[in-house]
Amino acid sequence: MIEIKNLHKSYHMGKNSLHVLKGINFTVSEGEMVSIMGSSGSGKSTLLNILGILDEADEGTYTLDGTLIKNLNERVAARYRNKFLGFIFQSFNLINYKSALENVAMPLYYQGVKRNIRVEKAMHYLEKVGLADWATHLPNELSGGQKQRVAIARALASDPKVLLADEPTGALDTKTSYEVMELIQGINDEGKTILIVTHEDDIAHMTKRIVNLKDGIIIDDSVVTQVRAKSEAYV
Amino acid sequence: MFNIERWQEIFEAIRKNKLRTFLTGLSVASGIFILVILLAIGQGMSNGVAKEFENDATNRISVWTNVTSVEYKGLNPGRIIEMDNRDYEMAVNKNSEKIELKSGVYSRWGQLTTYKKESGSYRVEGVRGDYQFLENETLVVGRYINQNDLDSFEKNAVIGNQVYLDLFLGKEALGKYIDIAGIKFKVVGVYTDPGGEREETRIFIPLTTAQRVYNAGDKLRSLAFTLQKHDKYEDALAASEAFSAELEADLKAKHTIAPNDERAVNVNNTLENAKRFYDLNNMIRWFFWGVGICTIIAGIVGVSNIMLIIVKERTKEIGIRKAIGAQPWSIIGMILHESIFVTAIAGFVGLIFSLILLQLVGPFIETDYIRNPSVDFSVAITTVIILVVAGAVAGFFPAYRAANIKPIEALRDE
Repeated sequence: MIEIKNLHKSYHMGKNSLHVLKGINFTVSEGEMVSIMGSSGSGKSTLLNILGILDEADEGTYTLDGTLIKNLNERVAARYRNKFLGFIFQSFNLINYKSALENVAMPLYYQGVKRNIRVEKAMHYLEKVGLADWATHLPNELSGGQKQRVAIARALASDPKVLLADEPTGALDTKTSYEVMELIQGINDEGKTILIVTHEDDIAHMTKRIVNLKDGIIIDDSVVTQVRAKSEAYV
Repeated sequence: MFNIERWQEIFEAIRKNKLRTFLTGLSVASGIFILVILLAIGQGMSNGVAKEFENDATNRISVWTNVTSVEYKGLNPGRIIEMDNRDYEMAVNKNSEKIELKSGVYSRWGQLTTYKKESGSYRVEGVRGDYQFLENETLVVGRYINQNDLDSFEKNAVIGNQVYLDLFLGKEALGKYIDIAGIKFKVVGVYTDPGGEREETRIFIPLTTAQRVYNAGDKLRSLAFTLQKHDKYEDALAASEAFSAELEADLKAKHTIAPNDERAVNVNNTLENAKRFYDLNNMIRWFFWGVGICTIIAGIVGVSNIMLIIVKERTKEIGIRKAIGAQPWSIIGMILHESIFVTAIAGFVGLIFSLILLQLVGPFIETDYIRNPSVDFSVAITTVIILVVAGAVAGFFPAYRAANIKPIEALRDE
């Protein structure tokens, strides 16, 4: 599903150049659930941005679902993002003047799906994350966990090949984090490929494979036994 | 561009961002409002100045004759010169393309006029229909002297408002017969003259009738003309000076008057007096053009500022939209579409408010220098369009930049 070879990325700030990724080789196959770990500055967010076609590598190749991602113009990049990827952010990044339902329906709008079908599909995904009753609420009327679940529903709405989550539990307390992770695990159980960037060990162990990044290179890549996130019930 | 989905998206954004929309709209609407009011005041000042000069048509040329003062070709000075219809026809035929309004005049001073028990002494002038506009008179009721009156020597009279008040004491005058020096004339109209009482104590009758009842043959006391209008004062002045000089020379030749006789023929050109008017009007026009352009610039800057702020405020939203698959152009289009829609509506609201205000208040403003401020509707519409286009252009560049920054940077924007 994801194949990267010898990926390099540097940031230039004035005269200083910061070599963030120093040759990453890494493959993810369909249905995997991988966590990328590392301390801050290890390059994990940069890697995720490149994987998410939000940023581009200086060197190396990136193949997503058999498509080489290279030198894309903004239009094509936008189309690939819409078609292949679903994003989950630490700060949720919901559009705050739109209701939960409208937020979820947004990727479908950019796919050119008709309004009534859009609403129907969005509702389906809201039900899936257990927030059907909150469909008409604005993001600021929702708790952090609910917001993240809306964001997950939105990421799923376009039926992407890969879900990319950047510290999905970073802004949540432990209990809520586990609820969100349980939801993500459930989605993975249905066969979706998921990549999670995190620096929390317990979260990482809820995935099936942990990739450890340090100073721009992979120092460890090992399959782990998945810990199922158990929460009593949804709020 | 015009699909219904886009419109739904825009209306949603507007509904959910009432304050932002309101502030944008308010600034655009007030900009248009101020501009229209300013332009209207400019027009009002122009009207006010025009009013000061409107006793007679501003480009009137009057000709009258007197006694000769210079001996010429064996003829003694002191000869009385009188013009007649042939002089009038000569002037008219020779310059038929240049002349706009024309009339010969045969007048008598101090004619005793009576109606029932009221009487007064007025100047009676035999004129043609154009004379109404040469004197800049407005009819209160009835009509002015017309060609039919002239052709059939009708004994019809148009009386000044003061004459009307003196003789009729405010009662119905139309169709009544007044007695002028022993002859009955039917009142067909009452006029008012911006020159006031002095100009309104006159009675106008058909020229042909006047020549006949006063037994004057085809004699004329004076001639009055205006020339076709020119846009520029200089052109108008040159044309009217040339016309005056030529007419004076022709009349002198025809009546055997020495070319250097300054007294026998007088050609008075009011246009020279009107120079002040033209200058002042020009100045006012330039001043308000300047103010108008500055106001538009201020409006454009204001709208641009708001567009910048809106785009800045929406940077994160743009990042989110891009991350979930929005095309850059769809984002630019969305922002511009919304802003054009808002500015256009607000612009028209401002326009309508200012026009309503002008309509309600304008006619009551009649000071010496501002009269009936009003505005040319097409100018106002043009301004609205300029502002909307300027807003769109001003919004385009930040929107374009925002749509092209990497989504990751937009997302980091807090």
